Amino acid sequence: MASPVEHVRESGAPAAAGGPPPPGGLMRLAGPGGRPLGLILKLLLLAVAAAIAVWAAIPLIDAGNWIGLAIVIVATIAIFVIYLSPRMIPAKYLVIGTLFLLGFQVAPIIYTLTTAFTNFGDGHRGSKDEAIAAIESASITQAPGSEVYALSIGTEPDGDLVFLLTDAQGAAFAGTAAGLEPLVPGTFSAGATGKITEAEGFTVLNVGEASARGAEIAEFSVPTDDGAIRSQGLSTAFEGIAGQNYQADCDCITDINTGTVFTADNDIGSFVDPNGNALAQGWKVGVGFENFTDALTNPTIAGSFFKILLWNFAFALLVPVLTFALGLALAMLFNSEELRGRRIYRSLLILPYAMPGFAMLLVWRDMFNADFGLINNLFGLSVDWLGGEWTARLAVLIIQLWMGFPYMFLVCTGALQSIPSDLVEAAGVDGARPGYAFRTITFPLLLVATGPLLITTFAFNFNNFNAIYLTTGGGPFPADNPTAGATDLLISYTYRLAFGGQGADYGFAAAISVLIFLIVAVISIIGFRRTRVLEEVN
Amino acid sequence: MSTEAMLASELRDTSHGSGQSGHVVRLGSARGNWFRRVGWRHVVGVIALFFAIFPILFVVSAAFNPQGTLSSSTLIPRDASFANFDTLFSETSFWRWFANSLLISLLSAALSLFISAAAAYAFSRYRFRGRRAGMLFILLVQMFPQFLAIVAIYLIFVEISELYPAIGFNTPWSLILLFLGGALGVNTWLMKGFFDTIPKDLDESAKVDGATHAQIYFGIILPLVTPILAITGLLSFISTMSEFIISSVFLTEDSAKTAAVGLYGLISAQRNANFGVFAAGALIVAIPIVVLFQFLQRYIVGGITAGAVKG
Repeated sequence: MASPVEHVRESGAPAAAGGPPPPGGLMRLAGPGGRPLGLILKLLLLAVAAAIAVWAAIPLIDAGNWIGLAIVIVATIAIFVIYLSPRMIPAKYLVIGTLFLLGFQVAPIIYTLTTAFTNFGDGHRGSKDEAIAAIESASITQAPGSEVYALSIGTEPDGDLVFLLTDAQGAAFAGTAAGLEPLVPGTFSAGATGKITEAEGFTVLNVGEASARGAEIAEFSVPTDDGAIRSQGLSTAFEGIAGQNYQADCDCITDINTGTVFTADNDIGSFVDPNGNALAQGWKVGVGFENFTDALTNPTIAGSFFKILLWNFAFALLVPVLTFALGLALAMLFNSEELRGRRIYRSLLILPYAMPGFAMLLVWRDMFNADFGLINNLFGLSVDWLGGEWTARLAVLIIQLWMGFPYMFLVCTGALQSIPSDLVEAAGVDGARPGYAFRTITFPLLLVATGPLLITTFAFNFNNFNAIYLTTGGGPFPADNPTAGATDLLISYTYRLAFGGQGADYGFAAAISVLIFLIVAVISIIGFRRTRVLEEVN
Repeated sequence: MSTEAMLASELRDTSHGSGQSGHVVRLGSARGNWFRRVGWRHVVGVIALFFAIFPILFVVSAAFNPQGTLSSSTLIPRDASFANFDTLFSETSFWRWFANSLLISLLSAALSLFISAAAAYAFSRYRFRGRRAGMLFILLVQMFPQFLAIVAIYLIFVEISELYPAIGFNTPWSLILLFLGGALGVNTWLMKGFFDTIPKDLDESAKVDGATHAQIYFGIILPLVTPILAITGLLSFISTMSEFIISSVFLTEDSAKTAAVGLYGLISAQRNANFGVFAAGALIVAIPIVVLFQFLQRYIVGGITAGAVKG
């Protein structure tokens, strides 16, 4: 089997040697017919780009999103300038990918970086005004003897919700987010229960349509002089009074039932009473480096942090080393010309790599099941694999070895084939023993070839969330600390802290992401330096 | 082929021949010899094969296990039926999920191949301001745990879904766009290494003949780098096929789900009972990947490292 590298060399050889290029292909390409065709194609593609830009701009204008519009315009102008100019050739090949990179990778990263310095999370999502509105509307309760209305859900012509209400006396009102308006008799008709079935200027929703907007309806409230009208189910509404009110002069919220005063603390983004209790609803504020110092100094977090960091390093280093060792051993095993059936072996050995990864991780988890797992059945063991600290770590490593060795096997097979055989043969002629030739010639050359891949494997496994989350889930957990398990990586640990039981804390999760990024980036750069990949860029 | 190599292969041929003649004369010794040279490789190879294959066998056996539960699944099926496949096809939207997966994976693999090959060409063939910085930047961006930026990605797509429902949540385009953001990733480095191995004299002579940069790229370079195109295309196809965390956030409607999200939903709800159906689905998802793998095998072996090796 000719390796692709040879194939490339062979077909490239005549021209590379300085001979004239094969007349057919090149002359036709460079001939006079080529340019108009290229030009037409280019103009067509630019027309498509312009069409996309217009399509993208219209909703932005409608929504009044001027920043978004500016971005679209700048990107479109950049594309036109770059492709119409006869210069800037490299940019022509880079601009599309760069735009995608900026939009969907760099922008989220920058957003995460800025989030790391805030308290963004459950209870601290929006602005202060939104928090006040949410607190007031959540505190509305039905006072005894308050007005109860028959409710129909309607929409205004622009689709906004409206509550069509009839009180006990039969008077009808239209309640919008702006307030309550009486309906003129004769412009509406009501059913037997008093529910309005038709009203001029509004569309009445049927039950199905109303249920589809159920969440919106439950949140909706019509402000009144005494409080607000809220729905109770889809056919009644009541007028309630807000139990907690905001006063701008003291920048505080007073609970009218208990008399407690919650004063706004703009440093932590919460309303706090004199005893230090905060209302659940707060707002997003900048907290400086607090998330970072928390991660490193908070005793419960820091204690697990360094333990997890250690295992994280062990895992990220062991996986590339183990998979590489097995892959290399197998590649050398099958690198013998005399071995029959090499193709079959190779086809079967790479099967683990071709199976869908998420599915196989789940399958492995079940194979390690202590009670009816295949591993215990097959080898007649009764080990509680995922229940013990060290057996769980071993299990996770075995799973990753299985998932990863075919890739390394392919890589090493390719690398072995591309190492000039005369080098090793020459060593043999000079009397070197095979082991010595391997150690001094083959292995170093292999490392040069596969070094960058080993480093990217390390970087990948450092954050291999699936490998843990889908198998052990981070466990087993020590009895005294249910948040940090024996097989947890920083990323699965962070995930639990950020999105787990106690509610989302995106600010803190973002800070840990930044720390993880710094660790991985520094190690990878050192690694790439050592393998001299970076120098090659020059 | 160099004369040395020809000589070497001739030598091999003769030695092989003498081995065969030895086979007739000294049978026992030749056998021992055969085991020392080749036979033990088969022994180790079979052990390695067992390690590689038995989890897959387990999946196959579970898929055909008529009881369909995890606890009744064994390595060798006791009984075989298509019951799990029937359930999969009749009670879930599996074909829809599978079609979504194929659409997303094929399109994003093809488009990101286009983007990263173009970038690799620019980095390999041109010297321009910001080239080194650009390559380092691409490398560094990859080091950020993309997965933890998911909150930011989610919020960005909330905005996009409101403005452009056609490319928002629950559409394949949302994922394709997101995956294209990673097109200028490691693949660019891998490809650039391979592009570097193609002699520059080729471009130079074409340029002398009046070829434009686009003609050189599409007409000369691209046909020569097919191996690396095949391997990177396949790698990104595979990773997209089994991506499920971001997909599960983006695709919540049943008809929009990918196979990974849909199948995960099956066993996250009823882990033991649905295991057979899950295994059946996983097997079908694996088929296109396995077929592609066997089809592209000759490229794969050389492709991954060829970029990094300069012999």
